[in-house]
Amino acid sequence: MALTATTPPMELTAPRRRWLESVIHAVLLVCAAASVATTVGIVAVLLSQSIPFFREVSLVEFFTGTEWAPLFSPARYGIIPLVFGTTLVAGGAAVIAIPLGLGTAIYLSEYATPPVRHAVKPLLEILAGIPSVVFGYVAVVFISPLLRKVFPSADYFNALNASIVVGVMILPMIISLSEDVLRSVPRSLREGAFALGATKLDVTMGVVVPAALSGIMASFLLAIARAIGETMAVTLAAGATPQMTLNPLKSVQTMTAYIVEVSQGDAAAGTPEHRSIFAVGLTLFVMTLALNVFAQMILKRMREKYE
Amino acid sequence: MSTLAADKPGRPWAPLMSRLFAVACGACMLFCLALLGALLYKIFGFGWDRLNTAFITGKPSFMPAKSGILVPLVGSLYLIGLTAAIAVPVGVGAAVYLEEYAPLSRWRTIIQTNIANLAGVPSIVYGILGLGLFVRTIGLGRSVVAGALTMSLVVLPIVILSAQEALRAVPGTIRQASYALGATRWQTIWYQLLPASLPGILTGVILSLSRALGEAAPLVAIGVATVVRQVPENLFTDEFTALPLQIFYWTDMPDEAFHEAAAAAIIVLLTVLIGMNALAVFLRYKFGKRIQW
Repeated sequence: MALTATTPPMELTAPRRRWLESVIHAVLLVCAAASVATTVGIVAVLLSQSIPFFREVSLVEFFTGTEWAPLFSPARYGIIPLVFGTTLVAGGAAVIAIPLGLGTAIYLSEYATPPVRHAVKPLLEILAGIPSVVFGYVAVVFISPLLRKVFPSADYFNALNASIVVGVMILPMIISLSEDVLRSVPRSLREGAFALGATKLDVTMGVVVPAALSGIMASFLLAIARAIGETMAVTLAAGATPQMTLNPLKSVQTMTAYIVEVSQGDAAAGTPEHRSIFAVGLTLFVMTLALNVFAQMILKRMREKYE
Repeated sequence: MSTLAADKPGRPWAPLMSRLFAVACGACMLFCLALLGALLYKIFGFGWDRLNTAFITGKPSFMPAKSGILVPLVGSLYLIGLTAAIAVPVGVGAAVYLEEYAPLSRWRTIIQTNIANLAGVPSIVYGILGLGLFVRTIGLGRSVVAGALTMSLVVLPIVILSAQEALRAVPGTIRQASYALGATRWQTIWYQLLPASLPGILTGVILSLSRALGEAAPLVAIGVATVVRQVPENLFTDEFTALPLQIFYWTDMPDEAFHEAAAAAIIVLLTVLIGMNALAVFLRYKFGKRIQW
């Protein structure tokens, strides 16, 4: 932005023109402020219903309760089972997507010839552009029957089912972000290692990946944040049973799936059941925001290091 | 690659391991592509027979064999049309402000960080915002306008970030030449910078609209109906539904015949999305080659 200095001084502009310029400046400022207003809006709306909710359900019960049963009487609002379901699905997705994604990113960055890269990247963009609900469909109609053939004890809707499709969904994100950081590692580091007689494997795993490690970690965090916020696929695939289990073949409910369930039901506005989606939404927002902010910080530091 | 360390007696397997690693990474990539191929193959195989003109122009029905997607298809088109009308001017305006007006100040850093974080907010959270703000407080109900406003917020960060990148790619000499000829800041933006960065901006717009077309979560959260009998006539008051929601609804049905209809609807959705994606790739490729600064 060294160019600001070269902007012509306003005195040289005709008065009518000057007026127009300031109006445009103001309009554009409003556009940019809209993004800040969005954040304020999100926090305000979430809090406006969460605060009355927490007057009826104590914070301690909400964050430490191990039973989520809004329809019981008395209703129980302990969010741990929902967080458990979310973690199980997102963790499973990460286990599936991280090795595959990193391997692909390494191949694209270190091994692939330019024509291969130019052919593969648009295909991965197509994969990235496939909507969540389509992955949900694939999980329900194709993967679930397959899983039940292999594991006859599996529930029809289960966490593994959701993990698989969410894993595929976050793959393109891991690949493209990791590839970017791998490619940003200076060539001189690679050449130095080759000059010392290292094999391609030594260079890749001993020099390039460690140099890019913080950026790669950031890409994993961003992908996990995405998996946590993933909604339609998880709602269709994982089921609607809020429970604390580590068995991926059981039906679970995630935070996002709970929000969908209530949104589709007939809970009246103002009831604790309806307000609970704002409290769950707030928890979800804070979790993903924390992961994103952390990842952005890592990426920023990484960029400063090599640029 | 001639490798000295590999020739050392202690590491006879090093060249082989290196080769194996390359093969393993290549296999990862092929596996990812195979996943995409298998996914498309299964869906097209399952829904292809169900896809015909009657399906596209048909009204919803409780009998899966008679159901059509006219209402959600039109709803989706209205939705992304209106989303584009809202998100594109605001998003490009914000990008222009950040790149061309905002000095390197704290204010700019705050907005920039904020946009990066908004891009990572789950879409269902935007849905909750839409429910509280547009549906309830402003009282737009479950109309197309409420849906489009919510969807605009979802895609706004994508539009802003891609437009910023496109503007940043225009070299400073263009700005200086324009100012030297006596153009004002806005004249420089309108006659030089926007035309020069148009392909990049368009690519971002197309990608963000394809995101809006496929999103269902924010619509579910604002309470958009899943079964609507009529194409909406009044965008402010009439109920509507969208293609991804129809797919969600049909997938959730236990009846196999509905799954076939869902597959056919997915084919329609994916065809439009892949078409939009191809257009974006084409634009980037064509104009990326032509404009050589």
